[in-house]
Amino acid sequence: MKISSFFRGEAFQRGIHPPSQKLTANTPIRRLPFAPRLVVPLSQHIGKPPRAIVRVGQEVVRGQPIARTDDWLSIPHHAPASGIVEAIELRPSARGPWATAIVIRVHPGSSQEDLWGEARDLSAASGQDILQAIWDTGMVGLGGAAFPTHAKLSVPKQAKAHTLVVNGCECEPYLTCDHRVMVEEADHLITGIHFALRATGALRAIIGVEDNKPEAIDMIDAAIARNKASGRHPEHEIFVEAVPTKYPQGSEKMLLMALFGVEVPAGALPISLGMVVNNVGTLAALGRLLPLGQGLTERVVTVTGPGVARPGDYRVPLGTPLKFILDYAGAPAESRQVILGGPMMGQSIPTLDIPITKGVSGVLVFRGDDISFRERHRIYPCIKCGECVESCPMGLNPSQLGMLAGKRDYELMGEQYHLGDCFECGCCTYVCPSNIPLVQQFRIAKQMLRERAAK
Amino acid sequence: MSARIELRTAPHVKGRRTVEKIMQQVVFSLLPICLFFIYQYGISAAALIIVVTASCLATERLFVRQGGQAGDVSDWSATITGILLALSLPPGFPLWMGAVAGIVAIAIGKSLFGGIGRNVFNPALVGRAFVQAAFPTAIASYTPSFLPGRFSEFIPSSLALPFMQPASTEAWVKAMPIDALTSATPLAKWKFDGIVAGADELLTSLAGHMAVGPSPLLILICGAYLASRRYLDWRIPVSILGAAGITALALYGFDPVRYPNPFFMLLSGGLVLGAVYMATDMATSPVTPKGMWVYGALIGVLTVVIRYYSGLPEGVMYAILIANAASPLIEKITQPTPFGRGRGGRVRRATYPLHPSYISREEDGASAPKKLFKPKVKS
Repeated sequence: MKISSFFRGEAFQRGIHPPSQKLTANTPIRRLPFAPRLVVPLSQHIGKPPRAIVRVGQEVVRGQPIARTDDWLSIPHHAPASGIVEAIELRPSARGPWATAIVIRVHPGSSQEDLWGEARDLSAASGQDILQAIWDTGMVGLGGAAFPTHAKLSVPKQAKAHTLVVNGCECEPYLTCDHRVMVEEADHLITGIHFALRATGALRAIIGVEDNKPEAIDMIDAAIARNKASGRHPEHEIFVEAVPTKYPQGSEKMLLMALFGVEVPAGALPISLGMVVNNVGTLAALGRLLPLGQGLTERVVTVTGPGVARPGDYRVPLGTPLKFILDYAGAPAESRQVILGGPMMGQSIPTLDIPITKGVSGVLVFRGDDISFRERHRIYPCIKCGECVESCPMGLNPSQLGMLAGKRDYELMGEQYHLGDCFECGCCTYVCPSNIPLVQQFRIAKQMLRERAAK
Repeated sequence: MSARIELRTAPHVKGRRTVEKIMQQVVFSLLPICLFFIYQYGISAAALIIVVTASCLATERLFVRQGGQAGDVSDWSATITGILLALSLPPGFPLWMGAVAGIVAIAIGKSLFGGIGRNVFNPALVGRAFVQAAFPTAIASYTPSFLPGRFSEFIPSSLALPFMQPASTEAWVKAMPIDALTSATPLAKWKFDGIVAGADELLTSLAGHMAVGPSPLLILICGAYLASRRYLDWRIPVSILGAAGITALALYGFDPVRYPNPFFMLLSGGLVLGAVYMATDMATSPVTPKGMWVYGALIGVLTVVIRYYSGLPEGVMYAILIANAASPLIEKITQPTPFGRGRGGRVRRATYPLHPSYISREEDGASAPKKLFKPKVKS
């Protein structure tokens, strides 16, 4: 505990305050035109990939299902543009291995209006029907985890949800897509919250927003007031709550700590406390898509960073290759690093042929010398300053874990020092004055443990 | 397009705090203390600080060059060792002995263990312990502060030739045109003569011609600056001074004649310097927050016990060295409790009640399954 937080009180223990760098917080969302070819990978989420239901050469309409599944932990996909299926082949993916993808050649001049799907009235639908409808949209968590939303919203039979927590923290530096969605689509968000409440059976929804987005809080407050006046679902209570800004507040356990002051037990899900957590972007998209009966064909992506000439939040058709986006936003082709997601947890990618998938919240471009700080600086042995212990939101001892990783004592790390609790937020590496790549070592250690467990 | 795409692993941003910056800030915060020390004792003190620091830096350079160790002179850590070592020695300490102390501090206290961050004991204290054992008379002979002419002449013992015993300073001090001189530290006076100095005099070190180190008040101010910028951990000084104060208070309450009052205990000798600058050495103190409290309490209690019950007047050095040795063990038993693994659900300051009134407790208490449950949905 820092002295300052002792007096001020804090949202959750430890954590860090990286410079927020929200360059695009005040630029409205813009629509990105279609790239000549869109690449829709079948695996865009956590869970099994669905199977393609289109043939090469087949003509598809924007919004038409092109992949479907019967597996609960999987999702269907919809054509992001009207065009012709040019190929179903292996394409590079952000994770590294090439994966099957459907390549669509877009008809020149085709409209971005969704042509598929028909409006339906869900006002009398049961929770199960709504879950089914959510599944049909192919929705995943748009915050970055890409976990199928219908699975996340389905409450196990033995448990009961009383609260839906809507995560509008967006604690990663640079990213503003959730912020813009909250400002511009607050009404869709409230509609989505009603659907989610009915799907889970909860009656209370709390939208947690970091207090560095007062504009978003105001817009949501106004939308809640309008919603009350309209008399829709009077049994549902919806609140918006400002939480003190701190990284990694967007982690659901940290947010629940900030809002309710409870710790979700290690290894358990928030539903063990009767809560379901969902991202604002996801629910706003649901609120827009469900009444129209459409599938998820586009998402809001923050394109930003020191290497981008025109940073902004873009509404990007899924499957748009990064190269097209960067050309559009003006990223000079110099030595650079391109990151999918935020700077703390995002993934560096090896090629610009990788398409935007459902879980990509941001495209961040750094010029070579913007972030080579770590390499330029020497790595010292751990001086045991304790900064990492003071910053780890999970209350681990990264200093000790790092020393054990150096000795390759992975079993001890897992058994005694709770390596499995680490969710790789990167706080320890961020603060380390000795410049030790702690979280990188932990990733290796976890992978080694997984491999040993698999044997 | 031949632009290079660079690959790195997250996190892609990094805080600006580095080892050099931490060490540099500690050195800067030590400068006012050094200046005050020089103001007290004149050019002898200045020469001692320079010689000891230089010998530390030279030794560090040699070992880094020859031993291929991490770190370098440029990381400022050897500078801290040198300054702290000089501040803990008597101002009239022969310069050649100071150089020996500096060499031992870095060679045995630091380089032997592998350099920066790997040392088990505080290097400055290792150096001081060595010279205390090797030159017991020289390290016990203090001269009074604020002597006239301290900026124009050296204390005679300072300039002893290498490997020669220093001249006694007693006659030199007696010849000074001032009254009420003593060459014993307040602690030694209490230990051997039973005279207790006043806390107010000790706090500023400004009154009379006391044979004391830099003002505890100044050290506390510099320490508070470092703690506020988080270059040292506030828990350690607080727990050391707290534990020493409580122990001394308990003994004082038990027998006020035999034991001095706790303020004398806290402000005399090197306790404040040790608590703020020596015990907080990052590499040799525990890394866990709980461990810091235990470590500090151990030092505080040991200091008082050594001062009261041993033949030595001063106990801070040995107390810190013993606690340094114990710190890996302390760390082992004070690991932080990971999030969600504490006993019971700890409920902190909550914005919203966890249990809304319209849902009954029975429903809330329903247990959750460990595995993800798949409801049957017709597809």
